[in-house]
Amino acid sequence: MSKNSESTPLIKSGLAEMLKGGVIMDVVNAEQAIIAEQAGAVAVMALERVPADIRAQGGVARMSDPDLIDDIIASVSIPVMAKARIGHFVEAQILQSLKVDYIDESEVLSPADYVNHIDKWGFEIPFVCGATNLGEALRRITEGASMIRSKGEAGTGDVSEATKHIRTILGEIRALAAKSDDELYVAAKELQAPYALVKKVATDGKLPVVLFVAGGVATPADAAMMMQLGADGVFVGSGIFKSGNPAARAAAIVKATTKYSDADVVAAASRGLGEAMVGINVSDLPAPHKLSERGW
Amino acid sequence: MLLGVLALQGDSREHIHLLETLDVAAVAVRDAADLSAIDGLVIPGGESTTISKLLEIFDLLDPIRSFAKTRPVLGTCAGLILLSDEVEGLLQGQQLIGGLPIISSRNAYGGQLNSFEATVTFSSGEEENVAFIRAPKILDSDSTEVIARLGDEAVAVRSNNLFGASFHPELTGGTHLHKLFIEFVKETKS
Repeated sequence: MSKNSESTPLIKSGLAEMLKGGVIMDVVNAEQAIIAEQAGAVAVMALERVPADIRAQGGVARMSDPDLIDDIIASVSIPVMAKARIGHFVEAQILQSLKVDYIDESEVLSPADYVNHIDKWGFEIPFVCGATNLGEALRRITEGASMIRSKGEAGTGDVSEATKHIRTILGEIRALAAKSDDELYVAAKELQAPYALVKKVATDGKLPVVLFVAGGVATPADAAMMMQLGADGVFVGSGIFKSGNPAARAAAIVKATTKYSDADVVAAASRGLGEAMVGINVSDLPAPHKLSERGW
Repeated sequence: MLLGVLALQGDSREHIHLLETLDVAAVAVRDAADLSAIDGLVIPGGESTTISKLLEIFDLLDPIRSFAKTRPVLGTCAGLILLSDEVEGLLQGQQLIGGLPIISSRNAYGGQLNSFEATVTFSSGEEENVAFIRAPKILDSDSTEVIARLGDEAVAVRSNNLFGASFHPELTGGTHLHKLFIEFVKETKS
């Protein structure tokens, strides 16, 4: 048997390609992970507290206990992702040693470094990172991210920031694609991203990695809207397990994500789900509590 | 000739793109009605548990099962699992399309950390670099024709009208498997 190489960029971004059209769900224990898998999640994100609780309880939010992550890995057959703090390369090393399938360098946790993100090229496990705009996405890809998710505002159940971020990223890509070659040098400067990468995005009209949406998706309609706006898939954090009927809501969001442009399907999926998570309006959040402003 | 690519979840776009580079028209299949227009179906990589669920929800399981009884179907990775008659590590309640007389084992090459690129050898002797991502293993291929191997292991097989592979040729731009499938679809049409 002749393996050529493990953990090549293609292998790292390849798993994200397989997740396309799917829903990745936040879970805090094995029981929730099993509910998510049964509902049709393409992957689960293992964490100790969902963003809504991190927001409510405050304090420093860190990587989860390895026992919890082990439990979740043992309980499901779908990929398991876990979060490390921005810049906390040792938490990432631990997650790699736990053999998670993807590491989320996440603004939902408290940043460990306010200057540098993790140098993700040094890891064999691929990374997903958040972004609010194209420049941020390209800087994360430059650091080695194999998948991007727009940040939205986690733990709010308010989809408005998710809308803003996916529209911004895709709008900036369209604007870039319309530029002439000689304008791309300045575009690279303005995006604070390497010219070669900017040029590639302009030529292809898309990011070189998969782009999901996260942060505030709480209903089947939210998920379908993100897909119609051009997302490759969605992360649902607090929206499922902070709602009245998690199993039904999880399955409904999966359904709506698949047939996102079929209003009859999305309407049917929206029926009888019980209460959605209560939610917080992003406009009511004082600025220091906006998680999406973490990372740069 | 028109091929369909099941587009419920996974990397259907890459398969459509690969078929188009081989000058074959390809469409996304999302409903049972889409099956009537196509000459062959590709089931792409993705999460087999999710795709299986979606096949049930959107009433595609029985239509694809009956399509696969006589018409050409190619499954890669998750698609291979769904086409298998028997699967190790099947999620409780997970439905299969079946028809390919193999036993496959989900994620048997390991998780993401153990995913890899490798050169596989087709029965024609040609070699190609392909990707194995959380790939299933073909445990028992005795009742099939092996069309590609990785070392001694069967990694792509055929039984009558059904083709299955553990790996992703569509990610590395490998064309051998799709060419074999297209040749077969052409034969069934003529």
